[in-house]
Amino acid sequence: MRELLRKPIWPLVALLLLNLAVTPSFFAVRVQDGRLYGSLVDILHNGAPLALTALGMTLVIATRGIDLSVGAVVAIAGAVACSWIAASPDPASSGAALTGIVLALGLAVVLGAWNGFLVARLGIQPIIATLVLMTAGRGLAQLVTDGQIVTVNNDTFSGISGSALFTVPVTVVVAAAVYALVALVTRRTALGTLVEAVGINPEASRLAGVRSRSIVWTVYVFSALCAAVAGLMISANVHAADANNAGLWLELDAILAVVIGGTSLAGGRYSIAGTLLGALTIQALTTTIYSVGIPPEVSLVFKAVVVILVFLAQAPKVRALLARRRRGGSGPPPAAPTTPAAPAPAAETTGSGR
Amino acid sequence: MHPPRPLVEMLGISVAFGPVQALDSVDLRLYPGEVHALMGENGAGKSTLIKALTGVHPVDAGEIRVNGEPVAFSGPAAAQAAGISTVYQEVNLCPNLSVAENLLLGREPRRAGRIDWRGARRRAAEVLGRLHLDLDPSSPLGAHPIAQQQLVAIARAVEVDARVLVLDEPTSSLDASEVEELFRVIRRLRDDGVAILFVSHFLEQVYAISDRMTVLRNGRLVGEHRTAELSRRQLVSAMVGRELEVLDRLDHAPAAPADDEDPPVLSAVGLGRAGAIEPVDLDVRPGEVVGLAGLLGSGRTELARLLFGADRADRGEISVAGRAVRIRNPRSAIDAGIAFTPEDRKAAGVVGDLTVRDNIVLAMQASRGWMRRIPRRRQDELARRWIELLDIRPADPDALLRNLSGGNQQKVLLARWLITQPKVLILDEPTRGIDVGAKAQIQALVAEQARDGTAVVFISAELDEVVRLSDRVLVLRDRRPVAQLAGDDVDTDHVMELIATGGEAGA
Repeated sequence: MRELLRKPIWPLVALLLLNLAVTPSFFAVRVQDGRLYGSLVDILHNGAPLALTALGMTLVIATRGIDLSVGAVVAIAGAVACSWIAASPDPASSGAALTGIVLALGLAVVLGAWNGFLVARLGIQPIIATLVLMTAGRGLAQLVTDGQIVTVNNDTFSGISGSALFTVPVTVVVAAAVYALVALVTRRTALGTLVEAVGINPEASRLAGVRSRSIVWTVYVFSALCAAVAGLMISANVHAADANNAGLWLELDAILAVVIGGTSLAGGRYSIAGTLLGALTIQALTTTIYSVGIPPEVSLVFKAVVVILVFLAQAPKVRALLARRRRGGSGPPPAAPTTPAAPAPAAETTGSGR
Repeated sequence: MHPPRPLVEMLGISVAFGPVQALDSVDLRLYPGEVHALMGENGAGKSTLIKALTGVHPVDAGEIRVNGEPVAFSGPAAAQAAGISTVYQEVNLCPNLSVAENLLLGREPRRAGRIDWRGARRRAAEVLGRLHLDLDPSSPLGAHPIAQQQLVAIARAVEVDARVLVLDEPTSSLDASEVEELFRVIRRLRDDGVAILFVSHFLEQVYAISDRMTVLRNGRLVGEHRTAELSRRQLVSAMVGRELEVLDRLDHAPAAPADDEDPPVLSAVGLGRAGAIEPVDLDVRPGEVVGLAGLLGSGRTELARLLFGADRADRGEISVAGRAVRIRNPRSAIDAGIAFTPEDRKAAGVVGDLTVRDNIVLAMQASRGWMRRIPRRRQDELARRWIELLDIRPADPDALLRNLSGGNQQKVLLARWLITQPKVLILDEPTRGIDVGAKAQIQALVAEQARDGTAVVFISAELDEVVRLSDRVLVLRDRRPVAQLAGDDVDTDHVMELIATGGEAGA
């Protein structure tokens, strides 16, 4: 929780307050048919797929990688599950839905392993390696659906998105559970530290005996799994698989969420709480565009302005500038330590800083 | 001998980082046509003083004068415009660019708004020629060994007409002949009237090249002396500021030579790799220190990397404690009980953004696998014990490793392996670029490990160090083993001759 407070929470707060100003009932939450409804719930519910995808992306980025294929995996997962259900003898049965879900997740493991193989085993640069699946994957999804939108009428499958657990939408429950699980696993095992070590200095980690290959492999499989769950949520939400549009550009939003959350694309230190905040900020932004009534033709520009503001506010140079303003603006600039963002520790060993 | 007025005067310089006083009222004078050595342990304030001079750090108090005029540099570019060029310890060039591009980066000759590449290559060839460097200007910099890259960095610094040249540890990765080459260049520049500030941990080099020296300790000025008037012993004692028991003790360091009857704990037969090193036979017994001596590129690092599986051998066999092992990667070497600290500490050893504690337990944690985390209390215990044992400073397990000085980083890397209690410890240049005090501590530690029965393979560019610590020395030359010396044969002159002649010519 303390970690959460140190993250840039103000963009999210600002967006929510803007909404409150425009729509006074924005924060209202009501229970209907045993499920919570309201704008805030919508942000959580609609943001769950992005939050999950960004979580997988966070670990990949922490190892100095990037996974461009998550959008394609979203499409594939939906396509496989829906096609399986639609083609089964009883398209409304729970059995068909469960088999379809397992198939989709299983395929995601294979696809993640493929990414991991290219990156960890063949040493291909992650951006190139996952670009392969980003392009080919959507084609694969189209092949599975025959280029059509496959609609399904299966209550079990729709339940992934539509049902609620103790009035909380299942999407939110699942996303929260996965976040909690990852937070727990990375903290209670050494996985978090080893992922960071591999991201900070791969060669040093290799020479220290870290099995970096299997760690890299694991994070790509996990990323694909997260994307597949997101894909199931998205297609369950619309009772259909749309190979062309499901998860389109989701990889970019996921990367954006990770970066807004304060994880550096250079790898190493990462923040799960930050990523969650980033994902919610992006979703709140999308919701705001609709709720405030920003015309569609300027919605992308609006989004761009907000993102630029968030990044500018986080840039070390801008921060230093603002801090100097606040202090009165006179005198020499503060002695620049090695990392402008974290001024304190650099001075511990004087004279040997490099 | 020198004109009355110094070219650069730094008076009463103070710099603080937060609560830490890095420099406290330090003076430095540089005269044209003189080589001035700046001496001090790591953390004495040498780098800070250089950075204050070159405008990297603003000064809190004091004055800098160039040619008698007070100046305040806003940054390295301003300092360079005033004729002060700097070459830092780490090569700060772009390995993916060509030698010529690196030499002229940011100041390429232009014609009609475009870079004049032909002119640039000609200019680069001129500069290289002036320093007698035999490099193809259009070859990528990364294709050359670090030593050559360092010389390119120096060439880049003197390419502008520098009146003051600052060399911060320029020799830490050069071998003897390259150092000589560098010194020729330095002397030529000195005779041209350039004022040279030279920082090095190698005392012999300082005495060979400098005319004058300034000694710092803990951010304070200890004194300025003419080199000829200060003995090595006086210098070292001025730098460390304590009696030299550590260094004295080391002179008696070599452990009792291992019993020849003992079976070797590490044994390599015909170990080699095409293009890296010819097949080598090597036995290391428990409690024995085997030194690998040779120039840079002689194959000493290559051999160490094969023993550890950092590179894969394409021929030969390794056995550990009598059992044949297949070493395909570092993981399998570690499992067999071998530990290794690499030559390039920063690139291949230090995980800078992790804490000292995380770095100390890294190898042990990696061996346990990520599922079985070392309990936090045990981590703290290990970190605290080894910080104290190796005198790691600051004594803070939560400090990020990148904020420690080179010597302390090296101690952390040693601790990382020592807690795994390896059978074989391979140390590639563990004392490179670190201060006298830390060096002595690390040497003592090596001797102690051997006494406790660990087999040690020790590599250093400093022959004296190899000879002093080793029971046996394997001499390498041109990627081939040329001789193995043991007992009384292990002496500096003998090893030097073998390196120079390969043991064929001469004697």
